[in-house]
Amino acid sequence: MNHSLVNWFKFASPASFYPLVGRLIPFFATAAAILTIAGLWVGLVVAPTDAQQGEGYRIIFVHVPASWMSMFIYCVMAFWAALGLAFNTRLSGMMTSALAPTGALFAFLSLWTGALWGKPMWGAWWVWDARLTSQLILFFLYLGFIALQAAIDDPRRADKAGAILALVGVINVPIIYFSVQWWNTLHQGASVSMTKAPSMAHTMLLGMLLMALAFWAYTIAVALMRVRCIILERELTSGWVKKNAME
Amino acid sequence: MQWNSFNDFLAMGGYALYVWGSIGACVLGMGIEIWMLKLRRRAILARLLRKELTQ
Repeated sequence: MNHSLVNWFKFASPASFYPLVGRLIPFFATAAAILTIAGLWVGLVVAPTDAQQGEGYRIIFVHVPASWMSMFIYCVMAFWAALGLAFNTRLSGMMTSALAPTGALFAFLSLWTGALWGKPMWGAWWVWDARLTSQLILFFLYLGFIALQAAIDDPRRADKAGAILALVGVINVPIIYFSVQWWNTLHQGASVSMTKAPSMAHTMLLGMLLMALAFWAYTIAVALMRVRCIILERELTSGWVKKNAME
Repeated sequence: MQWNSFNDFLAMGGYALYVWGSIGACVLGMGIEIWMLKLRRRAILARLLRKELTQ
């Protein structure tokens, strides 16, 4: 058998994944803390005032990273879901469930900060605009995923049902992303584009990217913490848990 | 540095409610998530310990 294949599947077993992840969490947690401090410093103190929106635009430093993460986490969930359905690995389902609450949190924060940005700039907390509505659907998809899994007692069946919901729902992510191009919306276009030079001041861009990296590191740390809880809860009766869990 | 004083910084050019409401919600949400995870882990470990003791 091919050697690299053996090594990869070794970490697909919860018993060897658990201690590995335990060593990674402090690294990502520290990175998240440092990046958040740096990002907030650049975003709130160093970045210049916006010509049109005054200081109100500073919501961007949490709004855009939270929105990006909410979409990205759903894609990662769909990836694990597909892997779980294809290879029937237990860990894939655990990873999908571990990501969902964090994704829901970011979807909520995206809507919340968006409302607080919409009120002073558009004059409304909420409008039924394509971008806002599709993001609200993303939030409901996260809640639906969590509720569906909670409603099924057998964890393996819950994983399968959740995986299908994650895969079907992922179609919503490109709809959110391109909604500002496909429809006439109140929401402004993409803040950062691969094809165009950035239109905002360098320090604004830097602050936003630092905050995005901070949210990334936070998500990884929290999802790994949660997957460790899920592993313990599901494998409580197996022998390795008794030996290793307390570390 | 964009600010003349700390009060200036807090006022956010009149957008204090919106800017601090956004950042505060993020801090609160993430804080609650981490706190809930700590509680969840503590509950599992307590359960494990109880099982260990009864066996």
